[in-house]
Amino acid sequence: MSPGDNRMGKTISEKILARASGLGEASSGEIVKARVDVAMMPDLTTILAVKAMKAMGREKVWDNAKVVPILDHVAPASTLMAATIHRDIRAFVKEQGITNFYDVESGVCHQVLPEKGHVKPGYLVIGADSHTCTHGAFGAFATGVGSTDMGAILATGKIWLRVPETIKVQIEGKLPELVTPKDVILKTAGLIGADGATYNALEFHGGTISDMSVSGRMTLCNMTIELGGKAGIVEPDETTYTYLRERTDGVFDPVFADEDASYRMVQDVPVDDLEPQIACPHKVDNVKPISEVAGTVINQSFIGSCTNGRLEDLQVAASILKGKKINPDTRLLVVPASQGVYLDALEAGVIQTLVEAGAMFSNPSCGACFGGHIGLLAPGEVGLTTSNRNFQGRQGSPEAFVYLSSPAVAAASAVTGVITDPRDLR
Amino acid sequence: MFGDDVNTDLIIPGKYLELVDPEEMAEHAMEGIDPDFPKKIQKGDIVVGGNNFGCGSSREHAPLALKYAGIGAVIAESFARIYYRNSINIGLPALECPGVTDAVEDGDTVEVDVTGGTVKNTRTGAELSFTPLPDFMVEVLNDGGLVPYLKKNMETW
Ligand code: SF4
Repeated sequence: MSPGDNRMGKTISEKILARASGLGEASSGEIVKARVDVAMMPDLTTILAVKAMKAMGREKVWDNAKVVPILDHVAPASTLMAATIHRDIRAFVKEQGITNFYDVESGVCHQVLPEKGHVKPGYLVIGADSHTCTHGAFGAFATGVGSTDMGAILATGKIWLRVPETIKVQIEGKLPELVTPKDVILKTAGLIGADGATYNALEFHGGTISDMSVSGRMTLCNMTIELGGKAGIVEPDETTYTYLRERTDGVFDPVFADEDASYRMVQDVPVDDLEPQIACPHKVDNVKPISEVAGTVINQSFIGSCTNGRLEDLQVAASILKGKKINPDTRLLVVPASQGVYLDALEAGVIQTLVEAGAMFSNPSCGACFGGHIGLLAPGEVGLTTSNRNFQGRQGSPEAFVYLSSPAVAAASAVTGVITDPRDLR
Repeated sequence: MFGDDVNTDLIIPGKYLELVDPEEMAEHAMEGIDPDFPKKIQKGDIVVGGNNFGCGSSREHAPLALKYAGIGAVIAESFARIYYRNSINIGLPALECPGVTDAVEDGDTVEVDVTGGTVKNTRTGAELSFTPLPDFMVEVLNDGGLVPYLKKNMETW
């Protein structure tokens, strides 16, 4: 900015949405009509979106290369209704000539999308799934919408959006051993609250982020919706580009926040002395340091989901479970987030280690995460999960209790049968 | 009347996500809290919620189930954002009115002025005001949702 120019600087969200709507500038509070770069649809919401598109009077999607349907929530189909939905989506894909389609073997949409190179810095990514915010890990503005919004996008390529205010989350320090990005975001959820960021974007900044892997950044951004957030964003850097170069054409148009961007608030999260964190039933912001809940008996431990089902997550679990057996009164369910993760884990020997320790393995899908077709909890049972929601009824019975943790905690707890600090097992 | 953090799993549990007919969804409206809910409603009834109403998944099944069960509007202290969008998009007014849970009890009759931004409890006479919806959203609601709105405005969208 030139001297004397006292225009407020812009946040990443304001800049991406300005560009996507063809405006020179956009400020928080404005409603804009923005052009979508990628429209992702998982199985359970696609049919309603297609219905909405047709009801709007359009028969063809606006761009058959930018629409990415993924069959992941009930994969493979476990009911006739799901099988029918899948059949109809496959037919729709053919009819529309959609070029980027992922069938039931592929894995969870939020892992598949970046893995297959559909996400780039500066993009506007809209998904018909609430955890679409995950893709902010690559410097995109990414948010989840319902089927009617998706129908409008299919018809027109555009969406109405209110430009959000932004909360800056400043994360500094070196994570202690076996304390992970999941613990950072659970801590942040405890600080900001389950509705503390409603309608807001979160920008994650700080030294801890610079040192963090793409996988960890995805975990952070994934959970911003659990704070009410519209988008979670990490500025792209060399780590981002290295990941994306292998998967995209390598041409990037990144967007960064201005030094003097105006934020609704700044939340500091120091991590030097962070303990593993646990979100206790039935709220994501009911977060306690593990020392306060260690010893709670669990019936099932689940490692997987778009929050924590990546190679890094399975590796840390394997490092803890190597040569050990899980507690006979506990079930351990491991679901890699995608076929890509599955293959990498096979190659790394991780799966062997986990299965030898007593883990059950399932094909990549959402099933165990949202009380779908596998791994349900009975009334009165307690589940520990590396996913993102511990709502009542989320993983089966409304009378079950769900705790959220990192993969390290989930692995250690499977060994002892009670919630356990992984550092105590060493 | 419902409390804080009524999530979409409570409004319509995940096992009904395969439903595509809103009339069928309506039969399970609020099943996670009160399985008899659909039977108790009269057309045009208003749901009052606390903070963060509709948090959780992006399922449009949630406002659809309420709308087709006969609910005329939801007034809450605050809404989760995807639920809020979905509700406007399907033509069910979602009105954010701080203080509403203290001002209304189960069974009260309220008068709502959507564009003026007031909610009045006819039993107690208490009146609350809220920030009216932006024009764009009022237009969408007046047209009955984003589908009819876009049908009409496709060329200029
Ligand atoms: S893994 Fe869980 S949170 Fe992620 S998209 Fe699937 S159901 Fe949603």
